[in-house]
Amino acid sequence: MLFVAPERHLLRAKDLADGRYFDSLTVDDLARAAGLSRAHFSREFRRVFGESPHAYLLGRRLERAAALLRQTDRPITEICFAVGLKSLGSFTTSFTRFFGLSPTAYRRSYPPAAAYALVPSCVLSAYARPTQHVSRRHAGDAAVASPPTVQSNEEGS
Amino acid sequence: MIKIGTAQLWVQDQDEALAFYKDKVGFEVRSDVTLPEMGDFRWLTVGPAAQPDIAIVLMAIPGPPVMDDETAGQVRSLMSKGFAGTIFLTTDDVRSDFEELKGRGVEFVDEPQEQPYGIDSSFRDPSGNHIRLTQVREFAGV
Repeated sequence: MLFVAPERHLLRAKDLADGRYFDSLTVDDLARAAGLSRAHFSREFRRVFGESPHAYLLGRRLERAAALLRQTDRPITEICFAVGLKSLGSFTTSFTRFFGLSPTAYRRSYPPAAAYALVPSCVLSAYARPTQHVSRRHAGDAAVASPPTVQSNEEGS
Repeated sequence: MIKIGTAQLWVQDQDEALAFYKDKVGFEVRSDVTLPEMGDFRWLTVGPAAQPDIAIVLMAIPGPPVMDDETAGQVRSLMSKGFAGTIFLTTDDVRSDFEELKGRGVEFVDEPQEQPYGIDSSFRDPSGNHIRLTQVREFAGV
């Protein structure tokens, strides 16, 4: 039987945060991926990776949001939801705490996305939308929509 | 003229790594040689069929005297945490490769996603090593 280092299970949780941050992931989901109880998981994750799983997941979401702010002209609200965050208010607060600038100011501090966009942003927003990453429970239903129906799915945002 | 011949990757278990890279990733086995005179050191290399002159050596973490126990434990830990190295693979059809590898049970971290430089995905080998699989965008020269 192969020896599996305990860190390997924690890495699975970290990978889940990195790979599916746009889903409504919680620390409980990460703990499940590592096969540990939530309290034990949080302690171990912090010991091994140097920050709490909550901070790691939030950091990943904000990092992705920052990339979208730099590289696209998508509205900030849309970016907030696209990275798995639910509240624009707490997104703005957390973003400002991490980056020292509000999302709007951060975007303004870079050249406009259109200056180096390789494809039009309407195409990006249709095709870069993570339709293949829909959570399993939604797979197979209308959530795996083709690009032309994307807009209608986002009416609520 | 200097070229890359073989690059090294630590693995937890060579048999497990061999099965993964051969049967799941689809690499060829380039050499699998065990040397009794060197304490059964096993030189195990794999590589993609499209590049017969480039290989990855799947290296077991040695014990003393080559590597002391403490260092071996550190390497093992780094590897399990995913910080022992990354291999960047490219392909001409990442979505098709993704489906194929996923169908064989490969643990993907990132499913194919559009990035400014192409369509990118990543997976882990059983040891925790990070492998990226990217379909690099062909720039139109504009």
